[in-house]
Amino acid sequence: MQLSREQLLQAFRSMVKIREFEERLHIENPKGEIPGFLHLYAGQEAVAVGLCEQLTERDYIISTHRGHGHCIAKGCDIPAMMLEIYGRADGLCNGKGGSMHIADVTKGMLGANGIVGGGQPIAVGAAIACKMRGDGSVAASFTGDGAANQGTVFEAMNLAVVLQVPKVFMFEMNGYSEHTGGSYSTGAKDPVQRIRGFGIPVFEADGFDLFSVYDAVRQALEISRNGGGPTAVYAQTTRYYGHFEGDPMLYRAPGEVERLRAENDCLQNFRRRVTEAGLLTAGDLDGIEVEIRALVDHSVVAAKAGRGHTPAELLTNVYASY
Amino acid sequence: MSIKTMREAINEALHQEMARDSRVIVLGEDVSGGAGGTSGQREAAGGVFGLTKGLLPRFGEARVIDTPISEAAIIGAANGAALAGLRPVAEIMFADFVGVCFDQILNQAAKFRYMFGPNAKAPLVIRMTMGAGMGAAAQHSQTLYPLFTAIPGIKVVTPSNAYDAKGLMIAAIRDDDPVIFLEHKMLYGESCEVPDEPYALPFGEAALVRSGDDVTIVAFARMVNFARAAADKLAAQGIHCDVIDPRTTSPLDEDMILESVRATGRLVVVDESPPRCSLAADVAAMVAERAFGYLKAPVRQVTAPHTPVPFANDLESLYIPSPEKIIQAALATMASR
Repeated sequence: MQLSREQLLQAFRSMVKIREFEERLHIENPKGEIPGFLHLYAGQEAVAVGLCEQLTERDYIISTHRGHGHCIAKGCDIPAMMLEIYGRADGLCNGKGGSMHIADVTKGMLGANGIVGGGQPIAVGAAIACKMRGDGSVAASFTGDGAANQGTVFEAMNLAVVLQVPKVFMFEMNGYSEHTGGSYSTGAKDPVQRIRGFGIPVFEADGFDLFSVYDAVRQALEISRNGGGPTAVYAQTTRYYGHFEGDPMLYRAPGEVERLRAENDCLQNFRRRVTEAGLLTAGDLDGIEVEIRALVDHSVVAAKAGRGHTPAELLTNVYASY
Repeated sequence: MSIKTMREAINEALHQEMARDSRVIVLGEDVSGGAGGTSGQREAAGGVFGLTKGLLPRFGEARVIDTPISEAAIIGAANGAALAGLRPVAEIMFADFVGVCFDQILNQAAKFRYMFGPNAKAPLVIRMTMGAGMGAAAQHSQTLYPLFTAIPGIKVVTPSNAYDAKGLMIAAIRDDDPVIFLEHKMLYGESCEVPDEPYALPFGEAALVRSGDDVTIVAFARMVNFARAAADKLAAQGIHCDVIDPRTTSPLDEDMILESVRATGRLVVVDESPPRCSLAADVAAMVAERAFGYLKAPVRQVTAPHTPVPFANDLESLYIPSPEKIIQAALATMASR
């Protein structure tokens, strides 16, 4: 599989957006201006981008509590997201969703979700709508080590098979279910086999390698877009930060994150691969990094100065009408 | 216009709305039934209470979806289908089963619009049967509308007769918000005049079932019938009652209740649910706050006791508020001052 120069640049740009966004939030959060909890996606970029680069605005995704990366990969506006995360009235969701519930339904992004395992059944419903439209669109959900053991996910997998809907189950296993290792919380010796047991074809991917994810997703979409029912992609990955910002990560061995950052970072892997193959130059990539860093910087400045709410805004958008 | 049962009226509403709008789909356990059975007969059920009969043959498997017994997946799928532009009508066979799918109502459907902003619309209807009276006991008999009414972001409908049920179901399907539609099992066979053509009844507008100057009786769902029976007997004793059926508990027609209490000065609220945090308590508090000066007697609440729904017929009869208890409550309000 060969991506065009434009596709490569676009994929890299999307991964850099996520990385810069999350690294900046890690720096900004201790300053105390951001309400609530933050769950950062840094380290997992290749998974969100490897999937979403192959989706269109007609396709749906539903995300998790660790949702910034999925939002960005699906095309959500970075300044509007930053405003949202700072709780501003002009944020992507009017400052009422925040980090854990950020969404842009106009882009087919049906929400980050504060409930672990809450999104997978919802994506099955979106897939029912896709199937009825008959336009080859799909719905995808992201599932990590934690949600992988929620009953809702099992129900969703079974229902998707029963109804033969175009649904891609993206398993992105960062190795941890909050503060507990995934190897402890999943009883099955072979979690991939467990998914296959539902009757879902699974394509395994190296979540540290965009090209591997991209290829697995391509195979899955080939089936799901063409009436073959649900599919799954199973990717091992890692997160560089805690379950939430402020988590001291006592459950991780000293040096684990540093080693992964140095040896198996998905952005560095991409950079090495495309420059060694002569597909892109270091200058191409550096330019994107500079550009995105400026975008994120501008977004943070704007978010800090963003508009607060009028008291009346507390009461809006509870119902369409009441 | 013809006489129809509440079962027939709701079924007719589903047929008419599915015919009118191709975005309307129905999903749930045994909404058709028969799939995978050895007889090969489809529509072996049409819903366990027959509410979805005839939909599968008419509208096909793409729009009439039999699901596994997976309530969280049913409501979750309805949520996702609604977000993606369909108008799903999901069935939870017994309201009590909400225990295994509550997240999809409480944290998902109810909150999409507030969390995501005005572009997010979740026009789904969740039909559930409710209510005691069949000996179905603790896990198949509860009237859970107080639980749902307490959740901002969803609307709650509690029809008491076939005419209202049809008009409210059509309104629910056309509504752009998530609607919980609670059908009392003991009312399915009750009938009245129901127009054949489609019509929608507005939410938040109560029905004045009977009028009188002495006592206001507010009652929900099946209790409306009991309140009417009680009011008939009280009238024979010269005590005349306003009987108000709010029809929807969220939104609630507070104005009609307040207006009536200002005229009568006496209030009895009848709720088949247990008393704590019930609709009875809710209405009583609302009146105490906003019409206290008009009250001539303490508000009386007629509710189930603070117990699960019992199994045995003798106990279940004690559990359910009765016309006699409503009469006693009304007389108690008349005895004051």
